Amino acid sequence: MNKLFTVAMAAFASLLPTLAAAQEAVGIDERINQIFADYTGWYVSFIFAPLPGTNFSWIALWLVVGAVVFTVYFGAIQLKGFWHSIQLVKGDYSDPNDAGEVSHFQALATALSGTVGLGNIAGVAVAVSIGGPGATFWMVIAGLFGMATKFTECTLGVKYRNEFPDGHVSGGPMYYIVKGFSERGLPLGGFMAVLFSIFTILGALGGGNMFQANQAHAQLAGVLGDYPGWITGVILAGVTFAVIAGGLQSIARVTEKIVPFMGVFYVLVSILILLINWDMIGWAFGQIFMGAFTGLGVVGGFTGALIQGFRRAAFSNEAGIGSAAIAHSAVRTKEPVTEGYVALLEPFIDTVVICTMTALVIVISGVLNQDPETGLYIWNAEAGRIATEGEVSGVALTSAAYARAFSWFPVLLMVAVVLFAFSTMISWSYYGLKAWTYLFGEGAAKELVFKVIFCIFIVIGAAASLGPVIDFSDAMLFSMAIVNIIALYFLMPIVKRELNSYVARLRSGEIVKHK
Amino acid sequence: MSKATIVVGLDGSEAGARALSFAQSQAKQIGDCAITLCYVIEWSPFTFQTKEENEQRHKRREEELQRAREVVLDPAVAKAKTSGIEVEGIVRHGDVADILEAVAKQRDAIQIVVGRVGERGLKRLFGGVTGRLVAGSSVPVTIIP
Repeated sequence: MNKLFTVAMAAFASLLPTLAAAQEAVGIDERINQIFADYTGWYVSFIFAPLPGTNFSWIALWLVVGAVVFTVYFGAIQLKGFWHSIQLVKGDYSDPNDAGEVSHFQALATALSGTVGLGNIAGVAVAVSIGGPGATFWMVIAGLFGMATKFTECTLGVKYRNEFPDGHVSGGPMYYIVKGFSERGLPLGGFMAVLFSIFTILGALGGGNMFQANQAHAQLAGVLGDYPGWITGVILAGVTFAVIAGGLQSIARVTEKIVPFMGVFYVLVSILILLINWDMIGWAFGQIFMGAFTGLGVVGGFTGALIQGFRRAAFSNEAGIGSAAIAHSAVRTKEPVTEGYVALLEPFIDTVVICTMTALVIVISGVLNQDPETGLYIWNAEAGRIATEGEVSGVALTSAAYARAFSWFPVLLMVAVVLFAFSTMISWSYYGLKAWTYLFGEGAAKELVFKVIFCIFIVIGAAASLGPVIDFSDAMLFSMAIVNIIALYFLMPIVKRELNSYVARLRSGEIVKHK
Repeated sequence: MSKATIVVGLDGSEAGARALSFAQSQAKQIGDCAITLCYVIEWSPFTFQTKEENEQRHKRREEELQRAREVVLDPAVAKAKTSGIEVEGIVRHGDVADILEAVAKQRDAIQIVVGRVGERGLKRLFGGVTGRLVAGSSVPVTIIP
């Protein structure tokens, strides 16, 4: 392995000058953009096409409808099973003889580190600035329904994963599509699994990689002053390569420990700001509820708020995309349903808790300009969003809102954004790799090819402003959801059977509490 | 009454070995007494892991159990058996204090014997493993210096 690593490092290093040279020729950016726009533009437009007569993309509706169907089909599992989920994470039902295996808590924390990130910080700011405070309400609603989707996909992920002779496991939608479809005698399982894997690889290179590298660089350049993007790219790519190919797991381990800490710290700071402004919390909730149904001056009114909320929730918690099913399948449990229970907490933590915190702080801070007489938000037609302090959006808006309470916050946020971006990239390299090995087979050399490609794309993502390429990769992420949710519809009776059997044994006392 | 049992916590150190010899002489004096040797691999379900670590976890666990048996437990069991005492060896993952207490309860043990681990600084301040074992145990605990 060491020898392989040295060779790979050398190969990677020899690529760097080529990459740097490519970046110097800025014209290449535009040419790549043009080629991408020409060949993939129709597909991107198709994925993000609005429903006739609205500006609501059908893909967001697809995710929400799926979430509602799963919620109804499993009898509001996210409400009925919520406490049981927490008991499972606490380890109340963990058999002491299984101690030393991956615990439910560890599986949840690992999966969360892949989803908590830019979506919670930048995405919420975008939603609130375009859809008004009311977007928060719809985001929370979408998050609550999305819990049922995660339950479904993660149960299947564990049930149908592959266990290899050496003891390691691979799982995810591609595995449950093939095995589940053949079990139910359905056709096209193999085709859909391959399709899903291709979308996953492209989504991993784009949304899970280039977009993250791009945003990390934007945030660094914003705080430290402008400098060439390929510098960020090469550093990030080098570190990432050392982690995913060099077995420098210590860096990954450090990240895995810092990221949850950052997440908790972010929530604590938010709570602190809310406590300081406790007299405004009622008002802020009022703005959120009123805005949810009237828009409070945003363009599109009620639907404007709804659309933004639903869209950002989907981006943030990844319910239905299928990525979480890959992350959760590493858990060794006798009951796949327990992993579904645990996974349903993810959209709750990610969207219902963390996103709401961000939204409340933004609303309370007053960075959104409001007409003091009518109480309506002032619309900046040119930017297509509410007029904000300093006319910023995205991460910068969140940063400005928190800075009103704590002036040191932007620096902390910069560190958090870079770390979140890094951990999301590591997560997506894993998802992409699993799709890759599904297509090409397991093996060190084959895996290395993917890892090298992945790191090259980090440099490209950080250095270039490749709008169409990023649009294309976003479209890939949502394409995963098309295949995955179709599969979930066909496979949900299997999950129902598992759930019924589990609940029956829980009631009869066959499954016992150990604590 | 069933056979008396003494639980001995092993950690592969000198102090652990001394704890075992103490337990052996105790068992001989008592007569009808068995020894349970327990090696605990420090592990917590509430840590943060990478995806690769999770994926490899099962394999690692098997390796850890095997190594613990080969390096620490089996030699100790073999040595104790030569004195004609009934000995069993177990390996567990978890918190040392919790596991020793749980094993003692399960075996209905008359005492727990552990070697003293040289703990300094913060660990001494917060009690350390031995301190927590003493504080929480339901049976007498003997600490061998």
